[in-house]
Amino acid sequence: MLVLLGVLVVVAGFATKRNPLLVVGAAGIATGLLGGLSPRQVLAAFGTGFAASRSVTIFAITLPIIGLLERNGLQEQARRIVTRFAGLTVGRFLALYLLLRQLTAALGLNSIFGHAQTVRPLAVPMAEGAAERRHGPLPPEIREKVRSFAASADNVGLFFGEDVFLAVGSILLITGFVNTTYHTHLEPLQLALWAVPTALCALAVHGWRLLRLDRTLLGAPLGTVARKGRKETAR
Amino acid sequence: MIKAEWFFWLVGGIFLVMAAQMLADRTNPKRHGTAAFWGLLGLGFVYSTWVADKSAPAEPLGAAVLAMVGLAGFGFTGRGAARTAAPEQRAASAERFGSRLFVPALTIPLVALVCAVGVKRLSVGGEPVLQKGNETILGLGIGAVVALAVGMVMLREKRISVPLHAGRSTLESMGWVMLLPQLLATLGAIFSVAGVGEQVRRIATSVLPGHSVFPAVVVYCVGMFLFTAVMGNGFAAFPVMTAAVGWPVLIEQAHGNAAGVLAVGMLAGFCGTLVTPMAANYNLAPAALLELRDQYGPIKAQLPTALALLGCNIAIMSLFAV
Repeated sequence: MLVLLGVLVVVAGFATKRNPLLVVGAAGIATGLLGGLSPRQVLAAFGTGFAASRSVTIFAITLPIIGLLERNGLQEQARRIVTRFAGLTVGRFLALYLLLRQLTAALGLNSIFGHAQTVRPLAVPMAEGAAERRHGPLPPEIREKVRSFAASADNVGLFFGEDVFLAVGSILLITGFVNTTYHTHLEPLQLALWAVPTALCALAVHGWRLLRLDRTLLGAPLGTVARKGRKETAR
Repeated sequence: MIKAEWFFWLVGGIFLVMAAQMLADRTNPKRHGTAAFWGLLGLGFVYSTWVADKSAPAEPLGAAVLAMVGLAGFGFTGRGAARTAAPEQRAASAERFGSRLFVPALTIPLVALVCAVGVKRLSVGGEPVLQKGNETILGLGIGAVVALAVGMVMLREKRISVPLHAGRSTLESMGWVMLLPQLLATLGAIFSVAGVGEQVRRIATSVLPGHSVFPAVVVYCVGMFLFTAVMGNGFAAFPVMTAAVGWPVLIEQAHGNAAGVLAVGMLAGFCGTLVTPMAANYNLAPAALLELRDQYGPIKAQLPTALALLGCNIAIMSLFAV
């Protein structure tokens, strides 16, 4: 049971908002030592873990070009474009993004959208542009909310789209584990089909919550601030 | 053949160049610590090539990782003044280039798409052009490089240092969050080596009441949810929970549909990914990238959806799969 202390360190650390790097580093060292690794093996585990997980950090490669475009007004242009579509509210826009993200992930195209590639440079300014057109200048709390929901649309779309695709890691993990451990034979296609009902639920639940943003953003008392702001700009 | 490792070297090289820019940046009060952090990250990316193929010892890299944790965790890193254009300049530039600005931005997904679907099948002299199994990562990398070239030509920007400075500002504003996803993946690996999974299996089996099916579905799905939240992804949770509950109880005893039980069980785990800071690349990195004040903003936006979908998964599994 002692090794579960590492889990406790993580939960307590995140709950008290300590620096996550220190929390995770400490939990790793503690769990490793309690689990019977030598200090040298713990060090090696950090090294091999880093080497094997480099692919989660590679989105950094898109930052120079995105930064260059942002310097040249990419986000301003994304805002301007969206304000031309009268019917496009922030909720409808984000629900559309969710649908697109889910469909492309279901076709196996996981990395064509993402937080660095599409959410920051395109989806967030477009969502904010749509919200500003209807509600006027956004107070910081509303801006935070719109951005958080833009990130959530990307995550939900990815997670509950990718499993509909046959060759994704999680499906192959299931077939690999089950077929070797239990000497049976599961086809990736069967698993992918079973992912469809949950994918539809995800689209319905999160899509509905995104559409509802249009009403909740308007709600008092924050909405009154936003409406007042709009009058001021009109003057 | 274009190898994934080349691409990691490119990323490492970019980190090193940015580290040099940070060292020279006198507007950053902590420029030495900041440059050391990103320099170590860049060197680590390159050195990892030989750790991954086991031709170099992993311990020095582990020490470097812990040094980065110390540098960032104890506040030795900071950020300089952002080098960017004034809002008026941006607006003027948006006016001038208009929607052509989207061309380089959309080049990244477009090239990634072409690589993932088309170039994947190409081979020259019997060797695939893109290293097998890494097509999407390579597509993203090639897309970013092509987009940079397109963007610099289109905007008539001749100095490569301008996009690098712009990217460096974003990196500095994200700071240590950049390292967290990799560190969490490491923690997951240490957890499984140390036998955390075995303990969780014991707990799950001990709370399992008798032979009734519905409670077993709940234990399997909620177990996947919680264990995934603790580990940061469903991959570590799946074998443990399946060996404890999914296979012996739901499939063998209750004669459930194997594909249905396992696929929906994995998706119950994905609900856990939506609510945990342990899945830093999905939940904490975007908060930094989008400059949110509340680093748990995305998690808060996802929590109701995650709980509702956990309920959906339990319902789907108990109605249709067992």
